[in-house]
Amino acid sequence: MNTRVVIEPVTRVEGHGKVTIHLDDRGNVDQARLHVVEFRGFERFIQGRPYWEVPVLVQRLCGICPVSHHLAASKAMDYVIGAEKITPTAEKIRRLMHYGQIYQSHALHFFHLASPDLLFGFDGEVAKRNVIGVAQEYPQLATQGIMMRRYGQEIIEATAGKRIHGTGSIPGGVNKNLSIEERDHFLSSIDQQMEWSRSAVNIARDYTLAHLETASQFAAFDSNHLGLVDESGTLDLYDGKLKAIDARGSIIFEKMNPQDYAGYIAEEVRSWSYMKFPFIRSLGPRKGWYRVGPLARVNLCDRMGTPEADAARDEFMAVSGGMPNNLSLAYHWARMIELLHCIEQIRNLLNDPDLQGEDLVVKGEFRGEGVAILEAPRGTLFHHYKVDENDQVTMANLIVSTTSNNEAMNRAVSDVAEKYLTGREINEGLLNHVEVAIRAYDPCLSCATHSLGQMPLIIELVDGHGSVIARRKKA
Amino acid sequence: MITKVKPRIATTSLAGCFGCHMSLLDIDERLLDLVEIADFDRCPIDDIKEFHDHCTIGLVEGGCSNDENVHVLQQIRQHCEILVSVGECARTGGIPALRNPIALKECLDEAYQSGPTVYNPSGTIPNDQEIPLLLNRVIPCHEVVKVDYHIMGCPPSAETLWKVLTALLSHEDVELPYELIKYD
Repeated sequence: MNTRVVIEPVTRVEGHGKVTIHLDDRGNVDQARLHVVEFRGFERFIQGRPYWEVPVLVQRLCGICPVSHHLAASKAMDYVIGAEKITPTAEKIRRLMHYGQIYQSHALHFFHLASPDLLFGFDGEVAKRNVIGVAQEYPQLATQGIMMRRYGQEIIEATAGKRIHGTGSIPGGVNKNLSIEERDHFLSSIDQQMEWSRSAVNIARDYTLAHLETASQFAAFDSNHLGLVDESGTLDLYDGKLKAIDARGSIIFEKMNPQDYAGYIAEEVRSWSYMKFPFIRSLGPRKGWYRVGPLARVNLCDRMGTPEADAARDEFMAVSGGMPNNLSLAYHWARMIELLHCIEQIRNLLNDPDLQGEDLVVKGEFRGEGVAILEAPRGTLFHHYKVDENDQVTMANLIVSTTSNNEAMNRAVSDVAEKYLTGREINEGLLNHVEVAIRAYDPCLSCATHSLGQMPLIIELVDGHGSVIARRKKA
Repeated sequence: MITKVKPRIATTSLAGCFGCHMSLLDIDERLLDLVEIADFDRCPIDDIKEFHDHCTIGLVEGGCSNDENVHVLQQIRQHCEILVSVGECARTGGIPALRNPIALKECLDEAYQSGPTVYNPSGTIPNDQEIPLLLNRVIPCHEVVKVDYHIMGCPPSAETLWKVLTALLSHEDVELPYELIKYD
């Protein structure tokens, strides 16, 4: 008998997703898919809005990483109005906001969302498999996660005005600096945050090394990797040039100017998901798919650019012999290395007097079109706008981070379904393995729904005739 | 000995951005106090996939943009004594409702046919039976089910959510000071 299994909604991810798995009559996986199930239409309804409204409007794509969209839109609009050479104070305030955001987002993912799988096992008790369960058994760890996220959120509040959907960044600069009092508030607990970040790297490293055998089998597959680096090849999360490497580390392209992105990247439309499938044009839709986010970034940069994160990266790269690491579960470790990098960058910035500068905004010569790329917590984020002489947006194209991981997440779902569901009696714990693979990518399905879907994650087990055998969630 | 059953809180996000859920997490360490007095039912941060028979409070973020949203909203209403629309999308449709004056086809064409990076030789618009049907308009929650409270804000601050939750859990009137009444 053929079977269809559904997991819906996929939980402990941000946003909504659904997985369907079709099994043939011998219990082999025929097809496994991650569907994004909501559509918003941002690209269209933003047309006609004034350009200066865009940084506060488009961040409503996503409440988890609104700062990414706030800053990507600001950077694109800097270019549109010819004001991309912003003042040192403005750039550093934006960077502080950005590092604060990645810090809180990575902490949220690791401690609040992913840690229950790592602490209680992929098939751990359902009732316990959440941050409250973690708080009951590992109170110190849960508190650490909450306090780390809080620190990042407070940095966002100090620089953007609100923790979520702030207004601090504007085309051409920012609208406030950081006061001495605010600076001292953050400096007063920086050592504690540094210490917690080091310990988070150690937890993720020790977990990965202790489970290396599982990780080498679990959604481990070769892929291309894409991300931003600066001129010297050092990771740059806020600004830089795009670089892509293959699974062995050979360069596909590098030093790509963000304004030229559409010549390098395209997105394929498939009928079964509102989320498109991006690929590198020169390699075509079948071979050109790539991964983004912490794993891709740590793989493709030459160095992190801060001493402690660099030492942590060396350890990480040693595991794969200096070659790119292609294990989905290694995302967690890479993510914590970036967390450490962010807190080092925050410490550097807090000690920089430019943050108290008063030169906040510049003006320029109107250009009418601009592209910005930055590295959001979950990966490379593209914003592209055209604006007419009335200051109204006429075109918007957004490729959000999670979209770039669409193919990889689908492969992760297929791989884990094949290994863990084939010929087995399906139960909750086995199905959670599929979700664990998706969670490694920290998908932000709210973001990915921007124009596309918000995915309630559903997994369906389907037989070869398409009839549903089991469905996680959805009565 | 009678063990007192803790009230349950269910939450869901429909056509929203998850910012309201993030704002709830912004109560920070008070989250640990909250779970002393209430249990979480189905919520995006746990693995409970169905609503429990009886929940005291249901928090809904986001309006309804597709048939799946409507279905989930009806379910949470059915299981919750008090249903709260949290944030501007649940209350008014919010930013996603900016698509309402525009024909749905135009929005789909923009995303899947005309963008500068679209690769779509067959002209496909996503239409699989596995993905929900879009509604013509994004609608606020109270146009679908009875809503007991509306909390304004995009998102409501953590302080606002904390005050509302603790008042409802102790059967008190929800009273928000002027400083917390914000719509942005």
